Amino acid sequence: MSTTNTPAAFPATSLEAPRSGRIDPKYLRSKTSSGSFEMAAWVFMRLSGIALVVLIFVHLWVNLMSGGGIAQIDFGFVAGKWANPVWQFWDLVMLWLAMLHGANGMRTIINDYAEKDSTRLWLKTILVLGAAIIVVLGTLVIFTFEPCMLDAAGEQLPRAVCPS
Amino acid sequence: MSTTTEAAEPASTVDLPESTGGGITTFDITLKVRRYIPEFSDEARWDEWTITMQGTDRVLDALHKVKWELDGSLSFRRSCAHGVCGSDAMRINGRNRLACKTLLKDLDTSEPITVEPIKGLPVEKDLIVDMEPFFQSYREIMPFMIANSPAPSAERYQSPEDRERFDDTTKCILCAACTSSCPVFWTDGQYFGPAAIVNAHRFIFDSRDDAGDMRLEVLNDKEGVWRCRTTFNCTDACPRGIEVTKAIQEVKTAILTRAA
Repeated sequence: MSTTNTPAAFPATSLEAPRSGRIDPKYLRSKTSSGSFEMAAWVFMRLSGIALVVLIFVHLWVNLMSGGGIAQIDFGFVAGKWANPVWQFWDLVMLWLAMLHGANGMRTIINDYAEKDSTRLWLKTILVLGAAIIVVLGTLVIFTFEPCMLDAAGEQLPRAVCPS
Repeated sequence: MSTTTEAAEPASTVDLPESTGGGITTFDITLKVRRYIPEFSDEARWDEWTITMQGTDRVLDALHKVKWELDGSLSFRRSCAHGVCGSDAMRINGRNRLACKTLLKDLDTSEPITVEPIKGLPVEKDLIVDMEPFFQSYREIMPFMIANSPAPSAERYQSPEDRERFDDTTKCILCAACTSSCPVFWTDGQYFGPAAIVNAHRFIFDSRDDAGDMRLEVLNDKEGVWRCRTTFNCTDACPRGIEVTKAIQEVKTAILTRAA
């Protein structure tokens, strides 16, 4: 007996809203939906935030607290870390998550504070370009790092890791 | 007024201390109201009145005193004057409140009491704003029950537990105090706003309603729940004590669990 049910009629889609048309156009929402992008961005912010807490605090502890402490950081220390694929991966994930997390945070701030669509477009263009350049450069540095650095005179830099 | 000739009522069973004299304390307040009268000027200005009010008076009574006795051109909305209709939401001392629920004695009467129209909506005159953008968002979330099952011959039953699920959000009186306290709404008025989400929540979590998914889809818009920054301005502003930010978070969770 329940197979002949007709779906409920939705007045909102079949009738025009009362007094529609006299609303200030400033308040009219564009009908173009962004799919679930905003939801994905919201979830990403929470998950990447949790991951970054672990990534950054381990990073700070390993660099500044363990071993020789703050005095140990120099070219050779970084070279030593990046000789290990674990730290390469760690720094890569930290770079990407931090940049995307920060850029998305800036995007929401632009959305909240910019009042004109044209201002938003310009600010977001600069933001995306800046974030992309930093992510690409950072990734290149991690994977094309040259541990054996020589100075202009051909001398080995202090603590550079060169095959002897 | 006709009661003055009638016999005095029996004495109250409540003993009042001598200091009150059985009467009500009076005090002077300065009321500072943001005026905007488009017929005369495009600029808004502040008007001040110093008036004597009683300890039981509310901000609405002060506005009435000004309108009825001092300046009849002062314009504001009020209907029931008892915190039910939601007409007289305004910004009192920088906070969104209902003028009819804000007692003067609870405010700092040594300073002028500022009264402004609620923010983020176009001011039409003095304290009256155009509520149409607010109601447009309200309409978009379809604030009515949509049931797919045929109507029963009697009422649709619901357990007390199911009713309790959305009890908090049934209290909304659509005064716009929450939406017009939201900084995200102030920016460009595109955000659906807390009130629309609260009223969507009222139907999304109603066990008798079958269109929850449609409302969640509406609020999954880029101007929907994801623009909430959980500043809690709406929860502070709500004259009905609705936990607005919590309701918005519950709608977010509902969208997430639906998508998963």
